[in-house]
Amino acid sequence: MNATAEAGLIESTLLERNRNMDTNRETQMDTDRDDHQSRTSTPDSITAAAAWHVDPQQTVMDCRLNKIFYGDFLAVRDSLVPIEKNKITGFIGPSGCGKSTVLRSLNRMNDLIPVFRFEGTVTYHGQDIYDKSIDPVLVRRYIGMVFQQPNPFSMSIYDNVAFGLRLNRFKGDMNERVEKALRSAALWNEVKDKLKNSGLSLSGGQQQRLCIARAVATEPDVLLMDEPCSALDPIATRQVEELMLELKENYTVALVTHNMQQATRVADTTAFFSVDISEGGRTGYLVEMGDTQQIFADPREKLTREYIAGEFS
Amino acid sequence: MTRVASEALLEQDLASMKPLQGSLLEGRSLKSRIYTGITWGLAILASLPLFSVLYMLIAKGGARINWETLTALPPAAFEFGGGIGPAIVGTAIMVGIGSAISIPIGILAAIYLAEVAPHSKLAETARFLAKVLTGFPSILAGVFVYAVLVVSMKTYSAWAGGIALAVLMLPTIILTAEETLKQVPQKMKDAAYGMGCTRAQVVAAVTLPTGLPGVITGVLLAVAGAAGESAPLLFTALFSTYYVNGLEGLGQPTASLSILIYNFSGMPYDNQIELAWAASLVLVLIILVFNILARVLGRQKF
Repeated sequence: MNATAEAGLIESTLLERNRNMDTNRETQMDTDRDDHQSRTSTPDSITAAAAWHVDPQQTVMDCRLNKIFYGDFLAVRDSLVPIEKNKITGFIGPSGCGKSTVLRSLNRMNDLIPVFRFEGTVTYHGQDIYDKSIDPVLVRRYIGMVFQQPNPFSMSIYDNVAFGLRLNRFKGDMNERVEKALRSAALWNEVKDKLKNSGLSLSGGQQQRLCIARAVATEPDVLLMDEPCSALDPIATRQVEELMLELKENYTVALVTHNMQQATRVADTTAFFSVDISEGGRTGYLVEMGDTQQIFADPREKLTREYIAGEFS
Repeated sequence: MTRVASEALLEQDLASMKPLQGSLLEGRSLKSRIYTGITWGLAILASLPLFSVLYMLIAKGGARINWETLTALPPAAFEFGGGIGPAIVGTAIMVGIGSAISIPIGILAAIYLAEVAPHSKLAETARFLAKVLTGFPSILAGVFVYAVLVVSMKTYSAWAGGIALAVLMLPTIILTAEETLKQVPQKMKDAAYGMGCTRAQVVAAVTLPTGLPGVITGVLLAVAGAAGESAPLLFTALFSTYYVNGLEGLGQPTASLSILIYNFSGMPYDNQIELAWAASLVLVLIILVFNILARVLGRQKF
């Protein structure tokens, strides 16, 4: 939903820019374009698009996103995104390129949208989470999510963190786990004396760290973070970024960010998505994925280079 | 006119000074004052009926408010004293029956409308019918229950009265609860889904608790409305001069405040007329209490 709203906002500028780019490419780089076309339309070209091979032993999730639809609208196509263990995988790209859609497909959050349709496989520790036998509710208990807008529940700070534990019928020492989660979200010192206060009484940055504490309390395997800092000020952003770097010791993190500096600061691996308007729609796809250093210092694709240079956003 | 440290005032300041001092009698400002005055006056006028009714009830019925009035059986024709006890209990019981039926149905229906399938054909239909039912003449609810229950059971009863009240309470509860449940931010529900909640868990742990103040407001307003109803009870519970007698008593004609007021106010005896005034005051106070409760409990916002 967010992606479409966002898409609408920047549509005009992006359309125009892409149109210019397309004409440029048409006149100057016929070969490149052909290359590009064939690569994205044949199945084995997916691997070529990613051109990013990782040790299968190290991947927690192996995501082959062939087609993601909202109704008739093709939102994302032909993207291969491996998520590596104990690393932060950053997703960057212009607005409307489907990076949030991709992220929300990784724990089946998009199933809540009735018109959502997924073609492909998301292999999580050897199981395809889109298999018919899989219960999406259970998937989300292992693959947690932190959202763009801080969204604590309208209950006490303690209850917010304990929510997932109670949901999973946790039998151990609740106080200890709540404290541990709040500590790992770097929030404990600020809230330890007011655990009974409403989670909504906190500041925006604190609320987001509370949401992170809530997400890590149940010790999920993978944490999906959808632009977690976009509603935060620079200081809170810095705190959350430091937090992410600590979290990757124990968790695997996939991070959507609109902020390229953020990707360079925290991501180990970066996936660059772009939007393709050549066939009339606005379809996002993975342009390039690789080591963050390489993506920003020496991108293989011209599109990546242009985006990183700030030629379009 | 204020003087701004006149000695420090330089000549160029004087030259560039703007006419900022207003006059109360200037047209623009005068008009604003007149309009403000009119709205004040009309606001007072609008609250006049409520206060005059309250004043009249206290003046005419206040004197009879005592323990005997609140508990004793209604007097017979030329008897002195007596009270409205059975009517208070009867109203409470029938509103209780109505609530017991309409609150669970209403809230569950609201959950369906707001959360489960808001755009389904069934939901659209149910929502439309609930809206129609809010404007439903209350006497028709009485006639309906009369035809369905009273005729088949061959007696007026508290059950029939309670069910007629439930019919009237239902749409208020459904629509207010739906409205508040819809206001629970989607991002909160997303958070719960994201942690691995089923839909039932999201509703039970997040949507309902978050929307509770609003749901309670709707329920209390429905209760207050039902307590004051008279027309539906006329056809269903009728009246009685005795207390409801155990469970079986619920199957017999039952007294209520509103019918007592209607009956007694038409009698040619001063004692009964005084009791009708007292009953009116009690009824208004009950409704007022529920309205105030609804405001206090509904204040909490997310």
